[in-house]
Amino acid sequence: MFKTFIIGLVLGVLVAAGALYAFPVVDQQRENSLVSVATNGSNIESYHIEVPSDRILVRQPGQDSLFPDLLDWPAADVLQPIGVELYKIRNERGVIIGVASHSSEVGATSTDWLLHIPARGSQLISVQTQATQNGAHRGDLRAGSREFAQRRGSVAVRWVPDDSADQGVVTGRIEMLTNYVRQVDQQ
Amino acid sequence: MMKYAISLLLGLLCGAALFVIGLLYNPFIADRTVSPLSVSSKAVVSLSYTAVPAKTIAFTNSGEARLQPHPKDIRLLREDTLQLTDVMVTEMRNARGQTAGIGLKFSSRSERTNLLRGEALVDSAWYVHLPGRGSLFVEQSENYWPFIQKVMVPAYRNSANSWKGKWTGDLSAGPGALGVARVTGVGGSLLGQSMAAVESLSVQAYSTDEGPVFAEGRLLIEIPSDDAKATD
Repeated sequence: MFKTFIIGLVLGVLVAAGALYAFPVVDQQRENSLVSVATNGSNIESYHIEVPSDRILVRQPGQDSLFPDLLDWPAADVLQPIGVELYKIRNERGVIIGVASHSSEVGATSTDWLLHIPARGSQLISVQTQATQNGAHRGDLRAGSREFAQRRGSVAVRWVPDDSADQGVVTGRIEMLTNYVRQVDQQ
Repeated sequence: MMKYAISLLLGLLCGAALFVIGLLYNPFIADRTVSPLSVSSKAVVSLSYTAVPAKTIAFTNSGEARLQPHPKDIRLLREDTLQLTDVMVTEMRNARGQTAGIGLKFSSRSERTNLLRGEALVDSAWYVHLPGRGSLFVEQSENYWPFIQKVMVPAYRNSANSWKGKWTGDLSAGPGALGVARVTGVGGSLLGQSMAAVESLSVQAYSTDEGPVFAEGRLLIEIPSDDAKATD
């Protein structure tokens, strides 16, 4: 009987180790990437944010109203010119796939977007505050992680207002069209 | 026959328990004691932040985790794709304890987690904005295994479900050489600069119900010497 116990003991260790090896501890939910390839070989992908439903946090310099209502912005002078917005971001099909931040500073010529897609990686995009003739703001991918680490390219960010919404409520969508190429190592 | 089956079952349970104990107290998985940046000849800037969600400007997650969102009316990340993700907005303080800027951190539990190798990984991205000076993007994998071993497990073993003491450890585990985080300057005088960073955590009190009760995080960033005076 003692031999059976020892056999069970060894089996227990092996089964526990095998289970930990075979089954993932972290199982991240994924959505298919909706990427199209342009004639020059670059990858085109679009994301969008529904406003106000995808808002998580909004703080704009010089405005008393904060979102959410219980948000307490620090009183430090150095933080007063900073604007921060947090959103959930959607893919082309409208499925939420990640989170994004939009940071700005009073007087700056560009603002920064950080897009974080848990299953794929993060993208840091700097966008010009001055809009182009078609109303879009042009930006560049400055840095990225994991899937986006080796990519460089441009982004067009556009605010599309929803005119059918109630007066006094800001409603619309922020559209982002990314156009990236894989950067080849210079070695 | 029955007694052999019971004996085998008991053996299996004891074996599994032995494996878990061996995993948690594995002496071959050592905590990194020296920060890779401690041997750097370049200037290092320190930015600290509170690691207690209730003391941040904002913190949100799925709402089902131990760490409670802050403020209470912030929207939760309930979607399936965001279940393993945390978002934090916090003040960043310089070495003198003065507010230097703001930090936004997105972190998601990593599928590369391998507990057999002592890796409880989190993929995270920081955006640090230092007004008038520039912005930084920090990408890294963090390993929370030493924190789990030294703080969380003792807290669960404690009858009061809490831990008090002093634990400090590096979280950064790549993607840079020697396990440092990769930093890119994205604005101001730091634009285009490639740098390295190490994020560390210092915990003095932890509760199994609330998570960290007294804890501070720190980003040590190795930056070009010309920018060090301006940022400190």
